[in-house]
Amino acid sequence: MIEAKHVSKWFDGQQVLYDINATFDTGKTNLIIGQSGSGKTVFMKCLIGLMTPEEGEILYDGRKIRNMNTAQRRQIRTEIGMLFQGSALFDNETVLGNVMFPLKMFSPLSHKEQLERAYFCIRRVGLENADNKYPSEISGGMQKRVAIARAIALNPKYLFCDEPNSGLDPKTSILIDELLSDITHEYGMTTVINTHDMNSVLGIGEKIVFINRGHCDWIGDDKSIFRAKSESLNDFVFASKLFQEVKLVLEREAEAAQK
Amino acid sequence: MIISSINTFGKYCRFLTQVFRAPDKWNVFFKSLVAEIYKLGVDSIPLVIIISLFIGAVICIQMTLNIVSPLIPSYSTGLATREILLLEFSSSMMCLILAGKVGSNIASEIGTMRVTEQIDAMDIMGINSANFIVLPKIIGFTLFIPVLCVLSMFFGLLGGWFIAEFTSMLTVETYVYGIQSFFNEWYVWYGIIKTLFFAYIISSVAAFYGYYVKGGSLEVGKASTNAVVASSILILLADVILTKLLLQ
Ligand SMILES: Nc1ncnc2c1ncn2[C@@H]1O[C@H](COP(=O)(O)OP(=O)(O)O)[C@@H](O)[C@H]1O
Ligand SMILES: [Mg+2]
Repeated sequence: MIEAKHVSKWFDGQQVLYDINATFDTGKTNLIIGQSGSGKTVFMKCLIGLMTPEEGEILYDGRKIRNMNTAQRRQIRTEIGMLFQGSALFDNETVLGNVMFPLKMFSPLSHKEQLERAYFCIRRVGLENADNKYPSEISGGMQKRVAIARAIALNPKYLFCDEPNSGLDPKTSILIDELLSDITHEYGMTTVINTHDMNSVLGIGEKIVFINRGHCDWIGDDKSIFRAKSESLNDFVFASKLFQEVKLVLEREAEAAQK
Repeated sequence: MIISSINTFGKYCRFLTQVFRAPDKWNVFFKSLVAEIYKLGVDSIPLVIIISLFIGAVICIQMTLNIVSPLIPSYSTGLATREILLLEFSSSMMCLILAGKVGSNIASEIGTMRVTEQIDAMDIMGINSANFIVLPKIIGFTLFIPVLCVLSMFFGLLGGWFIAEFTSMLTVETYVYGIQSFFNEWYVWYGIIKTLFFAYIISSVAAFYGYYVKGGSLEVGKASTNAVVASSILILLADVILTKLLLQ
């Protein structure tokens, strides 16, 4: 479980995160949702320690990252996998090289075992035929898969994904979401996913943290999101035509139930 | 202006304390060291050869044309060509040119890694990204620069020899006699020592500018221009100081 307690963050005197409290559960896909520019990426970077919040604490299963020394921080980083918004694959390495990278740097396994593990991860994300391609030679969806394979290579306890399906078509998005959800349940990871995509919210939103302009306005799950009282959340959820229809249906249902 | 320079210098020093650490994995370090020597050093050989050949030839022509006093012996053409090459061209001028090629290459490569979050990805894995990316570049380029310097000296002199051989401006004998007379071996060492400092300046300054890029591809371009300008100025400054120290 990851806990964020009273997290606030400023950039050059400009506050972007306001006193955020949230917990992210083990073995679940935890979603952070919100509009573009609401502070999701900054919040996630605070969670993983790429940025330090000016106020507040982050705890990994009770371990405060602020108090850690360098060795402890490195230890915890080997327990973290991260999927960046733009995949962040190493351009000068092949698919296999990218997945091997964390293994080469940190794994105590022999070279042969490392290769086995890398191929296992590559097969797990369904890329067995692309292992010798370079990132520039494969599609965006495949790049995301490589990034997932790289992120899970060291069997992390915590997996972070920043907009895993930005720039992907709806069908590929769903496949990536399902992959993330399957992996999370298979290995009992604590997965935190940033997204502004309502399809993901409904598909894999086991726990949802809604961020609006740096404030955490609502916490819940995919079942309760349509019945939430938060105005800003409703603005976000029912922004598209499709979900306005859903809203009408829901309202009619509610009326019927009252009668 | 002054305060911001001091700030930048402080940041640069802090950056260096991250860079100069023992690598996490020595075998990975040596692999990337070899790759960097190849990419930054060996790949620069053609450029160095071409430029040195032509500049050597031009210096030789200029010297012949301009030294027309009967009081000056004819072999001084070769002598002057050699001194210019050994003392300034093959070290300082060559490094200014390499600042353009190698410096912009390093800055844009690292800058791209920064804006595409590849550096963040390394940090998240718990890798000291500055050390991992930059140290092989600095060490690789600094190790290889003497080779480039000596090549430049050799091909510069060869360029002059072509003028002697294929034109009627001077004879090969006087040229060869000229480049051998009053030879001071220390000048070669002086050139090599200077290039070691310059190579360090080019690679570390360019890496610094690339590493702290913020924004997108536009900023990467700006950073690589700034890196070339800054390292060129520092090279000139270091040239004055080193010359005073080494030749006095
Ligand atoms: N490194 C930074 N320096 C200054 N401001 C930043 C930085 N990173 C993000 N911001 C600001 O923080 C706000 C939230 O950004 P971000 O977390 O990227 O939003 P998103 O929810 O789309 O991921 C934005 O207004 C952005 O301008
Ligand atoms: Mg974002």
